[in-house]
Amino acid sequence: MTTATLPLWVTIPGTVLLVLAGLTTLIGSFGLLRLPDFFSRMHGPSMTNTVAAGATLVASMLVSSAIVGRPIIHELLITLFVSMSAPITAIMLLQAALYRNKARHSRDVPDGNSI
Amino acid sequence: MNAVFAYALWFAQACIAIAMLNGIVRLFIGPAAQDRILAFDSLYMNGMLMLLTLGISSMSTAYFDMALLIALFGFVGTVALAKFLLRGEVIEP
Repeated sequence: MTTATLPLWVTIPGTVLLVLAGLTTLIGSFGLLRLPDFFSRMHGPSMTNTVAAGATLVASMLVSSAIVGRPIIHELLITLFVSMSAPITAIMLLQAALYRNKARHSRDVPDGNSI
Repeated sequence: MNAVFAYALWFAQACIAIAMLNGIVRLFIGPAAQDRILAFDSLYMNGMLMLLTLGISSMSTAYFDMALLIALFGFVGTVALAKFLLRGEVIEP
């Protein structure tokens, strides 16, 4: 069984969602690679964590529903887990980076007045 | 339309592969430890997306469990590494 046997209500939204997921993953990874400092680099992978993961999971949900023949919503588990765990990861990495930059007396620490 | 779907799947896999290469470059050149941890975080996320697209292209539902486990263990690993940078210990007495 290959993807050539999928019905049309899967392939049209699946194409749009997969192209969206690929483009956001690419843009986020180039942000991770090219942005100048750590606090701006953190914004790149969060695009992958939200938009690309959500789009890929919805496409996977559509395809597995078409395979089995009834609605499959197991992929919502991953969506829920990723959307809960990504902010925790971001906050802990941010705290670690702020602590390390302060301990080194680096000038790369945003002060509270500019936020 | 199904040929277009196969091309979109190929495009998404190619984009995720390039994203993993960018993450590996950042993992090696990252000036501080937190950059490397961020690159590791984005690597496991891209690996999870790659597994999901492989599951779509092979029309199999067996890849879902592996993607869930990768998300779980990647989160635990990133939190442990960030905690180590913050306090010097992972589990405090």
